[in-house]
Amino acid sequence: MEKNNKYSIIIPTYNERLNIGLLVYLIFKHLRELDFEVIIVDDGSPDGTQDMVKQLQQLYGEERILLRARPSKLGLGTAYCHGLKHASGDFVIIMDADLSHHPKYLPSFIRKQKETGANIVTGTRYVKSGGVHGWNLMRKLTSRGANVLAQTFLWPGVSDLTGSFRLYKKSVLEDVINSVVSKGYVFQMEMIVRASRKGYHIEEVPITFVDRVYGTSKLGGSEIVEYLKGLIYLLFTT
Amino acid sequence: MKHILKILGLLVAVSAVWIGLLEASIVPSSHAWLLPVYLIVSLGCYGFLMVGVGLMFFPTCPQEAQLLHKDIAEAKEFLKKKGLDVGLD
Ligand SMILES: Nc1nc2c(ncn2[C@@H]2O[C@H](COP(=O)(O)OP(=O)(O)O)[C@@H](O)[C@H]2O)c(=O)[nH]1
Ligand SMILES: [Mg+2]
Repeated sequence: MEKNNKYSIIIPTYNERLNIGLLVYLIFKHLRELDFEVIIVDDGSPDGTQDMVKQLQQLYGEERILLRARPSKLGLGTAYCHGLKHASGDFVIIMDADLSHHPKYLPSFIRKQKETGANIVTGTRYVKSGGVHGWNLMRKLTSRGANVLAQTFLWPGVSDLTGSFRLYKKSVLEDVINSVVSKGYVFQMEMIVRASRKGYHIEEVPITFVDRVYGTSKLGGSEIVEYLKGLIYLLFTT
Repeated sequence: MKHILKILGLLVAVSAVWIGLLEASIVPSSHAWLLPVYLIVSLGCYGFLMVGVGLMFFPTCPQEAQLLHKDIAEAKEFLKKKGLDVGLD
């Protein structure tokens, strides 16, 4: 008989009090009978995110919702590492807390993995039945420009490099994350390029991305410069 | 092999062909000298074209935003019923 897989969903949060409640509800709605746990890595959000998570634990059970907080804002990359240490699943899913990544796509990630036996399934916005909502022209332009540059010079083998809605086989994530040094925006790109170079089997599923409704984005600023530096870094190290 | 080496390898191969053309004078040498310029210009055009096409056909999903708002309302309703504080939006 086929062994039932367990899935660990790692969600980094910083000031996502409202979003995290809505997100957890939607995860439970769409994954129902599956064996999964939600690991929330909160970096000491001042807005009471952790209070909300504790209330959710009361509601859904402490064995389904794990709060693995850290004392201060230590960044996204290390947040995934931290969550990973506490993951007990065979597969790990990473997603944002801000509802840009809708839990209704979780079943398609899982199905794709089962069908293909892939090591990694990554969500892509840039294919048919994928898409983005809420970006202005400038945001679209930088996104397209970044993508064309990366496709021309890196040949990464995936269409959406900077997306962060992904499913990994746990051992694969552990292997890849340890060789990644970039932070912020470039982190996700380095993860997938390194995985691709290591020869892991990567599959894609279409997702739609609706820009966050509540709260503010924590990335930004000199994104473009960081991206170009990251691209050159990857050219020389992968 | 580091990726930059692959790209350099490709560049070397292209230059070899170019030098071959210069030496063998298959094309008039005045043209052959300009070939790298053509190459760079067409690469640039390709880039702009790809960005332009990508922008024109940028996949959007306005209906998804509406669906999300419905889901948010449903989630809020549920959490409120369970006594969680979902105020202030
Ligand atoms: N734990 C932790 N989470 C973070 C940090 N920065 C961002 N996040 C979370 O990472 C996810 C993506 O961040 P977001 O600001 O939406 O980035 P954007 O979508 O690229 O604009 C959200 O769930 C954030 O709450 C951080 O320093 N620590
Ligand atoms: Mg976001």
